[in-house]
Amino acid sequence: MIALEAVERRFGERVALRDVSVHVEKGQTLVVFGPNGAGKTTLLRVLAGLLRPHSGAATVLNASLPRESWKLRGKVGYVAHEPLLYRDLTPRENLRFHARLHRVAEPRIDAVLHAVGMTDRADDELTELSRGMVQRVAAARAVLHDPALLLLDEPWAGLDPAAIEMLEPVIGSASGKTRVVVTHDVAGGLSEADVTLGLRDGAGVAVGDEVAVRELYG
Amino acid sequence: MIATARAILRKDLTIEVRRRESVPAMVLFTVTVFVLFHFGLDRDTVEGDIATGVIWVTLLLAALLGINRLYVAERDQGGFVGMRLAPIDLTALWLAKAVALFVYLVALEIVALPAFDLLLLGPGLDGALPELLPILLLANLGVAAVGALVAALAIETRARELIVALLLLPLLVPVILAAAQATEPLLTGGQSPDDLAQWLGFLALYDVVFVLVSVAVFDFLLDE
Repeated sequence: MIALEAVERRFGERVALRDVSVHVEKGQTLVVFGPNGAGKTTLLRVLAGLLRPHSGAATVLNASLPRESWKLRGKVGYVAHEPLLYRDLTPRENLRFHARLHRVAEPRIDAVLHAVGMTDRADDELTELSRGMVQRVAAARAVLHDPALLLLDEPWAGLDPAAIEMLEPVIGSASGKTRVVVTHDVAGGLSEADVTLGLRDGAGVAVGDEVAVRELYG
Repeated sequence: MIATARAILRKDLTIEVRRRESVPAMVLFTVTVFVLFHFGLDRDTVEGDIATGVIWVTLLLAALLGINRLYVAERDQGGFVGMRLAPIDLTALWLAKAVALFVYLVALEIVALPAFDLLLLGPGLDGALPELLPILLLANLGVAAVGALVAALAIETRARELIVALLLLPLLVPVILAAAQATEPLLTGGQSPDDLAQWLGFLALYDVVFVLVSVAVFDFLLDE
């Protein structure tokens, strides 16, 4: 599903990822830990095919990156720091727009709005919603096209416990999807991880080692 | 690709109708410039080459306002990322933006031409309209095609407005030249230009070339 071997990614002279190797099987959850600037978001963007790895071997969903990154289009659901939603549209209009891009049928929009508990506010403009509500719509957008892989950058940030519980079957481990989750919550992250990766200054320093993750980031 | 472009265009026009950020700014700018020319030239009316220069340069500078905003929502609100994750031909994005800009220019001209007629133009536009319309439409098409391409090139740069102006204005010199040559006799007492067909052909050729260039390169532009 995901196989990274000695992946490196640079921004000019700065190395954002170096020598990162990790393997994730179908249905597993990889949880990525690390301080700010460690390269977590860069890793997600490489996995999404949005950034090219500069060296190493990266295979995601049978697509060899960067050569076959186009094969990932439509197969990845991405919850980023930003909601990737248009502020001047309503949740329903945003989802309808993405549904057209992904050729998803209209009834699916109502289904995902219901799943994230946003049916009642689906026709309010995004600017009228709280941060937690916007995050729920972002989760709905990410799963609208039923992606094979979910890339989640601190997906629970800004959500209250009830919303987290509501989103668990949508983007949580109960979704059954292969997931890569970036989080600062060590205890919460370890509880849902099948595979762990700790990053520091772009380097994978604690691959699959929960004890090391707890020592480094706990 | 057409269905995707239609979806992006519908989204853009919905946001423009709701927020009114581009077209009103373009219209306000244009009318203000006409008023400034009215007083700056210290004459009640203009015609011929001066009228042609005033109208085309003003429309071009007004177009820059819309061009600079074309991709702002895509950059600031994650539209680029969302589209690069979707199974679409990204050329649809250029097509949608070019059509949106074309619509903005037509909306601008619906207000700007009567305002120009009222504030500055000596001979009047009524007799010239049938011949002016194809000139405007072909010039709009060229500005829209090149504008949507250049705006995408510049959107991730810090000096976006400057880059757009520096790249776009030289590229649009042939459009302005042809449009002005075709328009000038029309604004000189309603004379019909002898070589109108030649200039319209030039504008059409320019449009075809830049539509083809945009279709060929746009997907690569949005690649990292």
